[in-house]
Amino acid sequence: MHIPDGYLGPATCGIFYAVMLPIWTIASKVVKKVLKARQVPMLAIGAAFSFVVMMFNVPIPGGTTGHAVGAVLVAILLGPWAACIAVTVALVVQALLFGDGGITAIGANCFNMAFVEVFTGYYLYKLISGSSSVASGRRIVAAGIAGYVALNIAALSTAIMFGIQPLLHQTVSGYSLYCPYGLNVAIPAMLGEHLLIFGWVEGVITALVFKYLQKQDPSLLELKKEVVA
Amino acid sequence: MKIMTKLWIAMGILILLSPLGLILPEYFKAGDAWGEWGTGSIKELVGYIPQGLEKFSSLWNAPIPDYAFRGQEVKGLPYLSLAYIVSAIIGVAVTAMIVLIFGKILSRKDN
Repeated sequence: MHIPDGYLGPATCGIFYAVMLPIWTIASKVVKKVLKARQVPMLAIGAAFSFVVMMFNVPIPGGTTGHAVGAVLVAILLGPWAACIAVTVALVVQALLFGDGGITAIGANCFNMAFVEVFTGYYLYKLISGSSSVASGRRIVAAGIAGYVALNIAALSTAIMFGIQPLLHQTVSGYSLYCPYGLNVAIPAMLGEHLLIFGWVEGVITALVFKYLQKQDPSLLELKKEVVA
Repeated sequence: MKIMTKLWIAMGILILLSPLGLILPEYFKAGDAWGEWGTGSIKELVGYIPQGLEKFSSLWNAPIPDYAFRGQEVKGLPYLSLAYIVSAIIGVAVTAMIVLIFGKILSRKDN
């Protein structure tokens, strides 16, 4: 899901940097307001977790690879705005140090994984959890479903970015300038593999770690209202 | 044991296991992630390299490209796995450090 340099045209790259700028600003403000000093180490480990989880490429035999992002878990633990910052840091480190995801596409990649996935996952988790206690089994299911669905929505958003390129940028002779695949190819390919395999990986990891934390220290999972702001 | 200690131990285990993300795709003959092909593979897939893609694809020279050390990518899976683990250590350390510094600046001191 890490869009490399050259797959998105300048317009798309620019727009998503422009979209992410206010989101990053709000995220910093919210985090400044609500994050307590003792929660900072948890945010650091959340970001590190997201970084390392993305290194676990899961193969589709004879096909492509994909991976979980861990963004929903961080959002459940520390709220969506803090998670947005954590996943952004992981993605920027991946792009700059390891060339995983393009530098021109940092805005776009952060939009998909640090914004779309984080917020979809967080609110879906809240919705399914309802008023159940943090120690309940329902919360584990909520975390799992949120992980599965949110990664798929992020994959869809990524596929749309890829897929609109041939519409936006073509030479007069009909060759694409950037991503050569349109929506009719990008959406089924990206969404199919995430619905089938990678979404489950995200869902299972989110649910399992949630269950472990529930057993260890349920107070970690109790988010104050203000975190959402 | 404190929960944070346990979580960092788990992180260490994840780092040591990370080469699975390299070995399993190799074993199951899975290629690049969708939309993350190099220019060579693109040419095979669609018959040409889109001009803009070619121009921008080498825009950034990452110090540890694809979690492997430069010029030593051909040394085989065991060596690549080692580089993968070292990359994971560096990545985890840098990511955590940036968030810690950023969090220190932003977070509230009280309770």
